[in-house]
Amino acid sequence: MKPLCQLFGETSRRALEDPHLQVALRGLDGRLRVQRDNAFEELPNGEELRDEARAIREHTLAHLDRYLVEFEENFTSLGGVVHWAGDAAAARGIIQEIARVGKVKRIVKGKSMVSEEIGLNKALEAQGLEVVETDLGEFIIQVAGEPPSHLVAPAVHKTRAGITELFNDALGAPRMEDPEALTLFARKILQEKFLQADMGITGANFTVARTGGVVLLENEGNIRLSTTIPRIHVAVTGIEKVVPTWSELAVLLKLLPRSATGQKLSSYVSIFLGPGRQEEPDGAEEFHLVLLDNGRSRILKDPALRESLRCIRCGACLNTCPVYLKAGGHAWGWVYSGPIGSVLTPQLLEDRRSASGLPFASTLCGACFGVCPVRMDIPRILTELRRRFAQDPAWGPAPKRERGLFGLAGFTMGHHHLFNGAGEAARRLMPVLRRVLPLMRQRSGVSDLSAPSFRTIMRKPRDEKND
Amino acid sequence: MQAHVFIPCLVDQVRPQTGFATLRLLNYLGVRTLYTPSQVCCGQPFYKSGYLKEARRLARKTILNFRGGLPVIAPSGSCVRMIRDYYEGLFADDPVWRNRAADLAGRVYELSEFLVRVLKVEEIPSRFSGRVTFHDSCQVKRGLGIFEEPRLLLTHIPGVELEEMKRSDECCGFGGIFSAKYPHIAEAIARDKIGNAAATGAGVLSGCEISCLIHLEGCARATGTRIRTLHLAEILASGL
Repeated sequence: MKPLCQLFGETSRRALEDPHLQVALRGLDGRLRVQRDNAFEELPNGEELRDEARAIREHTLAHLDRYLVEFEENFTSLGGVVHWAGDAAAARGIIQEIARVGKVKRIVKGKSMVSEEIGLNKALEAQGLEVVETDLGEFIIQVAGEPPSHLVAPAVHKTRAGITELFNDALGAPRMEDPEALTLFARKILQEKFLQADMGITGANFTVARTGGVVLLENEGNIRLSTTIPRIHVAVTGIEKVVPTWSELAVLLKLLPRSATGQKLSSYVSIFLGPGRQEEPDGAEEFHLVLLDNGRSRILKDPALRESLRCIRCGACLNTCPVYLKAGGHAWGWVYSGPIGSVLTPQLLEDRRSASGLPFASTLCGACFGVCPVRMDIPRILTELRRRFAQDPAWGPAPKRERGLFGLAGFTMGHHHLFNGAGEAARRLMPVLRRVLPLMRQRSGVSDLSAPSFRTIMRKPRDEKND
Repeated sequence: MQAHVFIPCLVDQVRPQTGFATLRLLNYLGVRTLYTPSQVCCGQPFYKSGYLKEARRLARKTILNFRGGLPVIAPSGSCVRMIRDYYEGLFADDPVWRNRAADLAGRVYELSEFLVRVLKVEEIPSRFSGRVTFHDSCQVKRGLGIFEEPRLLLTHIPGVELEEMKRSDECCGFGGIFSAKYPHIAEAIARDKIGNAAATGAGVLSGCEISCLIHLEGCARATGTRIRTLHLAEILASGL
């Protein structure tokens, strides 16, 4: 999808005026967020596990080259094929080619943010292929022609009534508001698709270097079907998702579902060790893994930003972010939203300047840092990105006017006489300002500059002050 | 004991009464307060907007202003956090200033923290009376780990009935530059906060961070909510 990150201000404004979206976001606040918090309250060593997870991710990133090679060797010896993709276009090309060689016509997909990142569906459809999302949330937004608005709950912006309308309009479904009936309706369509598909595309939550395993978590069983019925299974994921061995995986598996949905474990955890073997009744004949760089190795080389690659895509930072819970995911204008979207988007997009407003879409309240299972210091990273957009010529710099304003403000605030003088001037101008800008009174508690400043009073001689 | 008082810009210009309450309170507790009218902004708005050069300049002035080893007390948590947690990083390549920054970082205190942890005071004979609810500012609670101290102080005032609001540590929406860039979201977040505060039936919404209180005051007025914002210092110093 074409990034529209520079529209954050407008899109978020529309989001606030959309009562359905606001209801949906409040639901997220009350559901996923609360469930996550409850899950961690019941986990006696949750904080230690987060420390451990952080250390595991840091270690892996520090030795990413080694673990990736080890993974490739083991994955290959199990009969899989690894494809290295430098950027989104390369990844799309690889998957298009696999489909062409395999004479693929119909594709079923499990939920994958990386496939969204590379704009995969559109490319495959342009090749004349049928691509069907089989995760219920992804299915809904595919029918609606919308991008996901949440890492874990892609259709969270849709209300039940909206889905009823959508299914009626686009798929001719009878009007039913019962979620179970809606799900059954989608399932009926999807069952056919599973049986007809010759290729299944999924993401991968983790890859395991020691064994060459590919790990997928889900709650609906659609990934199981997408990976076992079709002839060809293509998994596409970022290079950063590797873990050294099962032991490290075990730690991350304790944290990911709890952080994402509050579950102790997802309903289905699949670990793929190569394609289906001859003696096995199911499993794909071919198993391809596309490992995507797309800016990740650039982040890896950047000590101040490398931490961004720790993310395991749980979505907990979205559910706890006061800004996300008002603006909704679409305001971020690309694939990743919420705090992690503000971290990743400016670093992954080719035109990063277009995402320069995103690091400012945060109050730096730190709620995200408080829940992040791998303890990514998101406020620190956002501050660093702000610095780069403001002053680093390779990133920004900010428009001249803005730099001028900050320079002037810095100078004024650095000289106490000037600063107090500006305050005095504002006091004198306030009656005028109030008339010109009636909103001033309403919007901000600053508007009542009635008393002289602390400094002005303190500068007066003692006897006068005591009056 | 003698101590510097650091009066943050917004207290200085918008809520001078918070500054005077701070002085009254500290003087009452026997602290000889030193206020230097030449003090300037700590640099936080610049640091958080990415303007490190400006932030560094203000940090140097602040460090010089408070040199001499006395404790520095500020009635605003975010400025304290700026000095305590970020000053050293500003001078990563400059050992002389880094040391000075570290020295100041080690003796700067948020007001309630200073009262409870340093002066070991919990009971202050404030004459304030009424139902109060308390907002845990992000920089105060998550940043500095201060949330028990103000509650200890409030609950020891005979006339104060502390009524906790739902999610007292949820952000108020201000976020400095954030509310300038995206005021509509900042206001929407504040409305929730004010709603939670008003639901306690409290007439006063208190806190230890002036910027949140000013932001919330604006929201309370805009929504016609009958709750006023008072810095903790003003409640504690009432009638002293």
